[in-house]
Amino acid sequence: MSQVLIEVEHLRKSFGGFRAVDGLSFSVSKGEVLGFLGPNGAGKSTTMKMLTGFLTPSAGRARICGAEISDDLLEVRENIGYLPEGAPAYGDMTPGQFLRFIAQVRGYEKQAANKAIADAVAKTQLQSVLDQPIDTLSKGFKRRVGIAQAILHNPPVLIMDEPTDGLDPNQKFAVRRLITAMAKEKAIIISTHILEEVEAVCTRALIIDQGRIVADGTPAELIARSRYHNAVTLEVATGDADLIRQGLKEIEGAGDISEVAMNAASKRITVFPKDPETLLIDDVAIVSTEKHWPIKSLYAEAGRLDEVFRSLTTSDAGEQGAVS
Amino acid sequence: MKQMIAVLRRELVGYFATPLAYVFIVLFLFSMGAFTFYVGNFYEAGNADLSSFFGFHPWLYLFFIPAISMRLWAEEQKSGTIELLMTLPIPLWSMVTGKFLAAWAFTGLALFLTFPIWLTVNYLGDPDNGVIFASYIGSFFMAGGYLAIGSCLSALTRNQVIAFVLSVVICFLFTVSGLPLVLDFFSSWAPKILVTTIASFSFMTHFEAIMDGVIDLRDIVFFITLISLWLTVNAIVLDQKKAG
Ligand SMILES: Nc1ncnc2c1ncn2[C@@H]1O[C@H](COP(=O)(O)OP(=O)(O)OP(=O)(O)O)[C@@H](O)[C@H]1O
Ligand SMILES: [Mg+2]
Repeated sequence: MSQVLIEVEHLRKSFGGFRAVDGLSFSVSKGEVLGFLGPNGAGKSTTMKMLTGFLTPSAGRARICGAEISDDLLEVRENIGYLPEGAPAYGDMTPGQFLRFIAQVRGYEKQAANKAIADAVAKTQLQSVLDQPIDTLSKGFKRRVGIAQAILHNPPVLIMDEPTDGLDPNQKFAVRRLITAMAKEKAIIISTHILEEVEAVCTRALIIDQGRIVADGTPAELIARSRYHNAVTLEVATGDADLIRQGLKEIEGAGDISEVAMNAASKRITVFPKDPETLLIDDVAIVSTEKHWPIKSLYAEAGRLDEVFRSLTTSDAGEQGAVS
Repeated sequence: MKQMIAVLRRELVGYFATPLAYVFIVLFLFSMGAFTFYVGNFYEAGNADLSSFFGFHPWLYLFFIPAISMRLWAEEQKSGTIELLMTLPIPLWSMVTGKFLAAWAFTGLALFLTFPIWLTVNYLGDPDNGVIFASYIGSFFMAGGYLAIGSCLSALTRNQVIAFVLSVVICFLFTVSGLPLVLDFFSSWAPKILVTTIASFSFMTHFEAIMDGVIDLRDIVFFITLISLWLTVNAIVLDQKKAG
């Protein structure tokens, strides 16, 4: 029995005549990590701002842990941990002072506050900078202060706008692990531009474009929509490419074939199945052994999320990026 | 209430985190002294009272108070921390009052530090300390009035300079509306009731009444009402921002 903690219905936000968010509906249950994907300006941050009560929706409704955002904002805010875009924090305070302020506002008594702060600091590995003014911290540490602030009161709902932006690879890994570890107990929404992050932490992803949901599914389902799903790629010497391409064409079920030069000496040939559910890998492997093709590597593609993303979204970046 | 105190404390930490607060206090005390002793001819006047000192307060506040209040909300909007603050479970009025009280306490501290002037006058003569005490109270409430105006106007913009200029202008209007110069201009044509209304909104009118040594409840009530009104508008302005 999953418990729905975030329910959103037909949420809309207009700025003047411009619809930044245009009728979003979704829900997030306890245990789910929902990823917001979408080009710049898609409306991800605006949606989060509405859920946390920073902006009032133009239309539609949302419930957080059963409370309507339109009538009980204070209760809603108590149940949410929020990392706003850019992780704003009071630069003149140290992380220690800042987290104490958050704990006080959240109603912690001294003892409990100490414990909650120590906990959040440990989870975000902030020990080394606790007494350094936030203004003088590096971007990654600032982001971690923002995350610490959001998780301090162990909220049932966690909303984080680009939590790993600006983090080094180790910290990205640490934060993803932290999110995964917390996921069981919470409903979490994150937004990200890092597609591999979706596969790494999200149980579900929404691709948002121009304020609308254009895709909704598990990372595996989204990847399956890729042209590359079940395609087979071979890495071969440039001299052998023509011969091999001919051979691949003759395989039953094979459709388009594309070629990418990797360097002067080698090429990567990808053969796409005509029907996306056909598994070509066996046939390709058999043919290549029979014909003794000199192959450097051979593998089946799961699909590429970036390609799905580009084909579904319409920003200027998406337009030219479509697969060749 | 707890949250209001948390906001208040955070704001005070903000003041003293940089040397700016100390620079401000030094400048404030220096100006107070300079105006009282040189411009106000404190020694030559030969009176053992502080009326020349307090007489300058409205004019000094006109510039010093907006310098304190300009950052209250403009800075939050500029740095984006307003999004953090407004998404914490703090009632809007607690934020507005907490910040205001912090600024008021800071001003109170600056005002308190003028006590050497009071010591001087007691050393030189035998002033009516009751009047001086009343004047301090009046000055403090007047400062609160200016601060509330400044706080509200600071919520209108993310630019501190704009907030400062706006506040100086509006505070100026609330100061001069009781001066004979302004009132004469109105009394030549406007009905008497309008003239008295304009005069009654003047900080000067109420402050001078207190400076005479009688703390009339009505004058204090005036400042408290004015502060509440401006802070209410302040909260409304902030609430309006949610519409985007
Ligand atoms: N206060 C505002 N007034 C006017 N337009 C706004 C306002 N806030 C956001 N917008 C517009 O709404 C659209 C959505 O913005 P939003 O910040 O939600 O995008 P996003 O999906 O978070 O993008 P990014 O990936 O760049 O963070 C943008 O076109 C933006 O310019
Ligand atoms: Mg954004």
